[in-house]
Amino acid sequence: MLSRAQNLLARTGRGTAASVAELGYQSSLFAQSIVWICAGAWRRQPVRLHQVVNQMTVTGLQAVPIVAVLAFVIGLMLAMQGIHTLRAFGAESQVVVGIAFAITREFAPLITGILVAGRSGSALAAQVGSMRISQEIDALRVLGVHPVRYLVAPPLLAMLVMLPCLAILADVLGLLGGGLLCKLELQMSLRSYFERVREVLEMGDVLQGVLKSLLFAVIVTLVGVSNGFAVRGGAEGVGRATTRAVVQSISYIIVADMLFTFFLNR
Amino acid sequence: MSHAAEVIRVRDLVTHYGDTEILHGVNFSVRAGEVMVIMGGSGSGKSTLLRHLLGLEEPTGGTIEILGQDITQLSASAMYALRKRIGVSFQGGALFNSMTVAENAEFPLREHTDLDSQTIRIMSRIKLELVNLGGKDHLYPAELSGGMIKRAALARAVAMDPRLLFFDEPSAGLDPVVAAELDELILRLRDALQITIVLVTHELESAFGIADRITVLDAGHILISDTVDAVRNSDSERVQSLLHRRAGSGVLDGAAYLQRLTR
Repeated sequence: MLSRAQNLLARTGRGTAASVAELGYQSSLFAQSIVWICAGAWRRQPVRLHQVVNQMTVTGLQAVPIVAVLAFVIGLMLAMQGIHTLRAFGAESQVVVGIAFAITREFAPLITGILVAGRSGSALAAQVGSMRISQEIDALRVLGVHPVRYLVAPPLLAMLVMLPCLAILADVLGLLGGGLLCKLELQMSLRSYFERVREVLEMGDVLQGVLKSLLFAVIVTLVGVSNGFAVRGGAEGVGRATTRAVVQSISYIIVADMLFTFFLNR
Repeated sequence: MSHAAEVIRVRDLVTHYGDTEILHGVNFSVRAGEVMVIMGGSGSGKSTLLRHLLGLEEPTGGTIEILGQDITQLSASAMYALRKRIGVSFQGGALFNSMTVAENAEFPLREHTDLDSQTIRIMSRIKLELVNLGGKDHLYPAELSGGMIKRAALARAVAMDPRLLFFDEPSAGLDPVVAAELDELILRLRDALQITIVLVTHELESAFGIADRITVLDAGHILISDTVDAVRNSDSERVQSLLHRRAGSGVLDGAAYLQRLTR
């Protein structure tokens, strides 16, 4: 009985230690990437622009349609729920306030982060993982190319640029979705809807969303590559790492979102 | 006996994998211009030794001098500079799968030199011709045969005209004819480029075919490091049993055996 309790305790302890170690590893990857981005050229190992542009295309531009559609749908959904809730108080027209805040502060960055985690976080984990099992990472190192500079810094930089752009796009389309529903349900013109949005929204609200998307960019990249670097055991390991990267980065995103909101709105 | 300059000098190298000691104080050296073959069965520690020579792992103790510099003490930037003078061809080739053969061969030049694209292309094509891969430069690694992958990896390894070339298991996974061709290619490359070659293998035939000297590794110890003839005529029983593919004659320790089973 005692030994079983001890076992449980030991497992919990080992699990905790492993998690802390992983977090530390991810932080050190982040620090190294920043150093390479800032001082790579000086150390004669610049972060290549064409790699960054490639990543921006893949993680950013190619995600535009899906982000746009989903943000629009979220806008519709928020408007429906808002109107339904506020009807009880006869205050349907106030729904605009709810939509404006919810989209810019929460839903636009959140949906962007989750989508990019699913599309690009998984791809990063798979790419780095398969490079690891085929010794390509070792090959990079013996060729005198630092793997963090070559494999982590470019996607990190690309995500830091593209995620805020995607979040702003999601802002616009989410608000538009909400506006269209208000027009249909409340006979409110789109013009007066957007005027009301402009009245209630402050720069800070949009900025809060953008800051969140920057945080999510860091999370998606680092969770993706760190899972890739940690791959053991062949193709099956790559599959496991990919799944783990997606689940882990979405969990981190949601928790970080909550914490961020908590501290910014006290 | 006059010694040529030593390009690798390993002193008292001790390494661990987790808590297990893998290499128990290894000493050996490689002279300029020779083909040194490191030989040993699986689990002998030869792959570990290679990874340490490449600076991919940190040893527990000892020194590894490569081209006159102790890589266990080297700063990151000095190591980076040193790596440009070393070529490596991995067992599976380790070509970048997302790049064509040409892009793989050009990669070191693109990363380390400021040459213009046209020059880089020509230089890498020269190396591809050298390994008989001329005209195959548009293919991706997945479209290559095993022998072609090894040759492409070789072309990438010598892209920067290294002083020192490491080769991990050149003949593994190849049929005997292709393996023999590859051995010949390695020798031709040594003569054409004047490089020192360190080759890790468990293939006896290949080892005796191309080596100037052979180092035999067994269970983390160096049994012998000498010329081909000296190794062949060694009176060490363990060396002879390795050369003649006899099973190891380890005496069974009854108590330890029982303890392992009942642990």
